[in-house]
Amino acid sequence: MTGDRLLVLVPIVPLLAAVAAFAVPRWSRRIALWSMALTATIVVWIADEILRVGDLTHPLAGWSAPLGIDLRVDGLAVVMLLAVAGVGLIVSFNAASSFHETGSRGVPERVYWPLWLFLFSALNAIFVAGDVFTLYVAFEINGLAAVSLVAIAGKPEALGAALRYLFVSLTGSLLYLMGVAVLYADTGVLDLMLLADRITPGPPAIAACVLMTGGLMMKAALFPLHFWLPPAHSSAPAPVSAVLSALVVKGGFVILLRLWFGPFAEIVDGPAVQWIGALGAAAVLWGSFQALFQDRLKLVVAYSTVAQLGYLFLIVPIAWSAETRSAALAGGITLLLSHATAKAAFFLAAGNVLTAIGNDRAESLCGLSRWLPVSAFAMGLAAVSLVGLPPSAGFVGKWMLIVAAMEQRQWWWVAVMLIGTVLAAAYVVRILGPAFLMPESDPQPGPVPRLMEWTAFSLAAASVVLGLAASGVARFVNGSLPSGVGP
Amino acid sequence: MNPAPATLFLLVGAAIFAIGLAGVFRDAGALRRIIAVNVMGSGVFLFLVAVADRSGGRPDPVPHAMVLTGIVVAVCATAVALTLADAVRGRGDQDPDGGGR
Repeated sequence: MTGDRLLVLVPIVPLLAAVAAFAVPRWSRRIALWSMALTATIVVWIADEILRVGDLTHPLAGWSAPLGIDLRVDGLAVVMLLAVAGVGLIVSFNAASSFHETGSRGVPERVYWPLWLFLFSALNAIFVAGDVFTLYVAFEINGLAAVSLVAIAGKPEALGAALRYLFVSLTGSLLYLMGVAVLYADTGVLDLMLLADRITPGPPAIAACVLMTGGLMMKAALFPLHFWLPPAHSSAPAPVSAVLSALVVKGGFVILLRLWFGPFAEIVDGPAVQWIGALGAAAVLWGSFQALFQDRLKLVVAYSTVAQLGYLFLIVPIAWSAETRSAALAGGITLLLSHATAKAAFFLAAGNVLTAIGNDRAESLCGLSRWLPVSAFAMGLAAVSLVGLPPSAGFVGKWMLIVAAMEQRQWWWVAVMLIGTVLAAAYVVRILGPAFLMPESDPQPGPVPRLMEWTAFSLAAASVVLGLAASGVARFVNGSLPSGVGP
Repeated sequence: MNPAPATLFLLVGAAIFAIGLAGVFRDAGALRRIIAVNVMGSGVFLFLVAVADRSGGRPDPVPHAMVLTGIVVAVCATAVALTLADAVRGRGDQDPDGGGR
């Protein structure tokens, strides 16, 4: 079988599994785990293929664009697919263990697994899609599945947060779709590659750029459109919070990168590049600052996501010049991977705390390392990567970005990253510090299944170890954004 | 000035979209926002149908396919939104297996 045919399987396997899991609720857990493992295997195969032969394009049913629909995977896409598959599989084991050992806790398992698989099918579709309309459909499925998973336990605060998330998601999708319509009216094509060739700067292209950027910024929760994220991410069940923060918001971000550096490069070029960076900087500062004042562990972690997404948008001004493009992109994607693994670990560990004592208030964490040593250690390791201490991937990614920014003499981004690092250290120490002290009182924690603890730990360990794999990331993403735009 | 019908529909579609967008951002009740999102969608669909007609002669089928897909998505999204809004108001059905909640 030639490699490009495998691209079809990446979204299709979880999609069929979702239908099967819904049809046969008794086997839903088994179907979910096996199909996630199968998808991960396929993605690894694709990654190997890409290292050997380069980017893969598959015309669906043999009709290539513009008449048909192309699926396309390059180095950046395959790194994202690997992250989705790896984090997704580990978090699925956590969820399965939670259902198996501690019961459903108000989450109906027969609905949970189909939605979970729909979410992963759509996420994979986002990264293999080659045209802007397929992306719209993928974003909609992704958004509906994510909203339903936030609301799944039926708690009042989760329902409210889910409804707000739904409105943001739908509005974002429709803004994006209107942009797609304007683009089609202007150019007559939908394929990303063809768009880059045919687009001519002018009022329609600018309108399309504004609409699509606005829509995707809502989905990627870039400041000031982040307001929906902390309540939604903090009130969902732990495995759901983990994938929402680790993976789902990254979909919008990666597509924004592709659009800004691809078809819209000539429109974004100029002051807009610095403004995108400024929004990222505001997100870093605002998110970190808010995280300092939260009294619930999950809310701290959710605000930290707002801040960490800000770092990713700093890639745009730093990578805009062709000289530092590959270095800044490699650094940024390393940072993205470190956040994906560290944040998933953090949310799973927070879920373990909730399982053990029923709440995640800051004062309840005192002495955590005594009664949940593995989860406490997982949070510690994840914090090392979130703050960006060597040798974690968080450190390596930030370091590469800082070096590239210095090379461009854009020292103001360096200042933002350093302040963000100090603030991250502050909020992490504030919430986790007491966890390593002697407990004042015995909280009488309930049992936490071992698999739930070790899944959190393995993700945290991955976020540190990935720092050593930064050169591999660079090898994949080098050349994923077209060169030749920018100053 | 007498704009061609297709151009008129393009402008009307964009205007309906803008009205819907304003409705979503105005802090109204959930039901009004759900309707506003649907108004936005209708604006996009009208715009796309007008795009299909602009070339003159035979209409372009691609925007029509996009509208059909968009309508299916809009129906599903509206169903999820209504269920969720109902649950938020505490009047949702108590069936724990109710899909999408």
